[in-house]
Amino acid sequence: MDLLRLSTAGSVDDGKSTLIGRLLYDTKSIFEDQLEAVEDASNRRGEGYVNLALLTDGLRAEREQNITIDVAYRYFATPRRKFIIADTPGHIQYTRNMVTGASTAELAVILIDARNGVLTQSKRHGFLSSLLGIPHIVVAINKMDLVDWSEGRFEEIADEYSDFANKLGVDDLTFIPISALLGDNVVDESQNMPWYHGSTLLHHLEHVNVGAHRNLVDFRFPVQYVIRPDQDYRGYAGRVASGAIRPGEEIVVLPSRKSTTVASVDTFDGPLDEARAGDSVALTTTDELDISRGDMIVRPLNLPTADTEIDATICWTSETPMEPDTHYWLRQTTRETKAFVNRVVYRIDVDTLHRDEVKQFELNDIGRVHITTAQPVFFDRYQLNRETGSFVLVDPHSNNTVAAGMIRGSVVTVDDLPAAPAEEQLRPVSPDVVWEAWNIELAEREALSGHRAAVIWFTGLSGSGKSSIARHLERRLFETGARTMLLDGDQVRHGINGDLGFTPEDRTENIRRIGEMAALFFRSGSIVLCTFVSPFRADRARARGLIPDGRFVEVFVDTPLEECERRDVKGLYAKARRGEIAHMTGISSPYEAPESPEIRLETVGREVDDVVEDLLGRLRGLGVVR
Amino acid sequence: MSSARKHDHLRQLESESVFVMREVAAQFERPVLLFSGGKDSILMVHLARKAFYPARIPFLLVHIDTGHNFHETIEFRDRLVAETGAQLHVGSVQASIEAGRVKEEAGPNPSRNGLQTVTLLDTLQELKADVALGGGRRDEEKARAKERFLSHRDRFGQWDPKNQRPEVWNLFNGRRSPGEHFRAFPLSNWTEMDVWQYIADEEIDMPSLYFSHRRRVVERDGTLLAESDFNRLLPGEEWEEKTVRFRTIGDATCTGATESTASTLEEIIAEVAAARQTERGGRSDDRRSEAAMEDRKKQGYF
Repeated sequence: MDLLRLSTAGSVDDGKSTLIGRLLYDTKSIFEDQLEAVEDASNRRGEGYVNLALLTDGLRAEREQNITIDVAYRYFATPRRKFIIADTPGHIQYTRNMVTGASTAELAVILIDARNGVLTQSKRHGFLSSLLGIPHIVVAINKMDLVDWSEGRFEEIADEYSDFANKLGVDDLTFIPISALLGDNVVDESQNMPWYHGSTLLHHLEHVNVGAHRNLVDFRFPVQYVIRPDQDYRGYAGRVASGAIRPGEEIVVLPSRKSTTVASVDTFDGPLDEARAGDSVALTTTDELDISRGDMIVRPLNLPTADTEIDATICWTSETPMEPDTHYWLRQTTRETKAFVNRVVYRIDVDTLHRDEVKQFELNDIGRVHITTAQPVFFDRYQLNRETGSFVLVDPHSNNTVAAGMIRGSVVTVDDLPAAPAEEQLRPVSPDVVWEAWNIELAEREALSGHRAAVIWFTGLSGSGKSSIARHLERRLFETGARTMLLDGDQVRHGINGDLGFTPEDRTENIRRIGEMAALFFRSGSIVLCTFVSPFRADRARARGLIPDGRFVEVFVDTPLEECERRDVKGLYAKARRGEIAHMTGISSPYEAPESPEIRLETVGREVDDVVEDLLGRLRGLGVVR
Repeated sequence: MSSARKHDHLRQLESESVFVMREVAAQFERPVLLFSGGKDSILMVHLARKAFYPARIPFLLVHIDTGHNFHETIEFRDRLVAETGAQLHVGSVQASIEAGRVKEEAGPNPSRNGLQTVTLLDTLQELKADVALGGGRRDEEKARAKERFLSHRDRFGQWDPKNQRPEVWNLFNGRRSPGEHFRAFPLSNWTEMDVWQYIADEEIDMPSLYFSHRRRVVERDGTLLAESDFNRLLPGEEWEEKTVRFRTIGDATCTGATESTASTLEEIIAEVAAARQTERGGRSDDRRSEAAMEDRKKQGYF
């Protein structure tokens, strides 16, 4: 027997409470005393029928006003499955409750009154369900008894809703014609709609695949609590957010980046040989590290993004509007840090899906924002990982939860880039060829590798130290599990650029081809290190133009000519001075130094390791590597 | 986690409850666990042991004693406390009455159930508790269906159902101002059936009151009240010996027995599966009005 969490959305008029009452009643989850209480209440209210809606409208105000105020949870079970229903109201002013109910649901039931067809509200429910990443959506077209059990009407509504849902990218959408009042196709098959050959609602709920939303790949273990009964035992308690871990496996602790090995996966019932997503366990490690609540334990070759600039979709859940100057508490996994809303990108009109420009959000507003946090947050995109991609904002004065957020990525993401670079027309194109979008998006590759792609372009005179620095840097990055590629001058001149010499024209073509190659490796998700003298500004600018903003880092290895000539590792300067080499940069060919490189390195009198350490720190500062 | 590879839903519920308890331990400074001696609070202690193993439970156990107890409950309580090495604090309704904090109900059927709320709030204040863990479940009663896992109470210990904090994903917000406290309900998503199945899977020891036995009772307003020092007969009533068991255990004056021959966990599970009455149906305190539970919760009831 397994467990399905579902949410229902719709207003009282759609017959939502009646549907839930029907599910509970027909699965014998309602008891006689509850039913009697409802019968009594229905009689006292002068209603001529047993109002099943009264079973679910729990608060006095709701019964009096015939509305549902808050999320209510209902339980029923069949021999196959236990069900938890988050029953949420459908009125616009209760968007926050729908978000609450949908946040843990794996399936959403959206109710449509067959007489009214697809209303704005039905679309809003679909939009919110897809936004919250609910993998399965069931549209129950209710009150079929009031449209003469008409197949045509059912098809009409299903077609209209499908058109809308296609725009949202809903994976699994099912339509079921029902009558909640009479029970048709809820638990028992309808005798009135022989044209319908699909499942009843309950049958569908019992057989839909559960656990589809779980990320079973990326191991993430937010530390909740440290169990320390005595000096000899230190257990890091938490629930596996995603992926799995076994004793003996290597782990890295964030933010310290210290690595160690899992010694045991402990529970009250004995040690486990594996902890999987959803399991509450305690991990012990072979080395004694300083690990505390808010830290995240992950695998060395599969890291989440760490950033302080977050691009997110949020729903404002508080009556107090967003304040630009307020430093909210941001809570994500077991971590908490101060944060402020840096920029409101747009608000989404949930009825039309239009994007509105606004300055701030008010209760029930949904939209996209940029958030800046005081401490880095370790996250995955919400679409890939609900557990590590979700957060709330808490007001520091009232302590209320004022927003629920879903992370889209770091603030500069490929989502912001045009599908094809504007420089397209400047690049040579073969005849009769049309640009096709990349098959696998860069963001997907980055999610898989756990780091961002980048091009780090080293420029400087021959002998300035570009290659030595880049080789050390690549090794350092590679050891953290990053995908890297180093393109070096001498390598590319064997083979792909072997037909080129050293005239200014050939140098330009050389750099053009290298820029294109770097862009391809970049698109494959790698951190590409390019070490080329690349003496001309225009050539470097062109290579930069192939890479999205923020992802191309120009590193000027600024070693004076005298020093380079003194080192003369390859003996080139000596040859040039003897006139044996034409077009030697710095001697017989100009070097145009960068005017504003991202990073400038001095090397005179320094060890390579020291320079690389310095460089790594600055690359981290730029958010290029972690 | 041994329980129930066959009962995957119980494994998920267990993990969720353990998660909530660990959040409570991490986010609060002076947590207490309300222990009534009933099956839900025994389950709570069991889950708390799992959550913090091999350490001891980091919660002080608090029993609000109405003075109207079944002696089996107290014996069981003391044994469990000794076994787990937990600390126990008893808040006494009798003491609240003697101190003049509350007044005993008049009439033939005085219940101390309502008086518990004052003793509870006084006790929490005395202990400076910032959170009280309870075994409440959402399936028990309509008003409980809207409870959060972490339920905020104002400085007067009151619950405002219209102004609850949204509880999204598994992100529990326990931030509070001085004087405010929380109730935490780790069993929110369990049903009575889940509780019994889990107790059977895990072989958790339960008080004998839950199993069928012979007992002198009187039927009043559809409830079977047990003979005790606190339940007196009304004119025309007579004690009758019946084969009964209790589905919930609370104050002896208002907890009714049901006729039952279920004497093993398996038989209880079969009986729960076939039951046509809620477990609280035997409790006259919930039946006083349609919104009885909501009103008591607003005032600060468990």
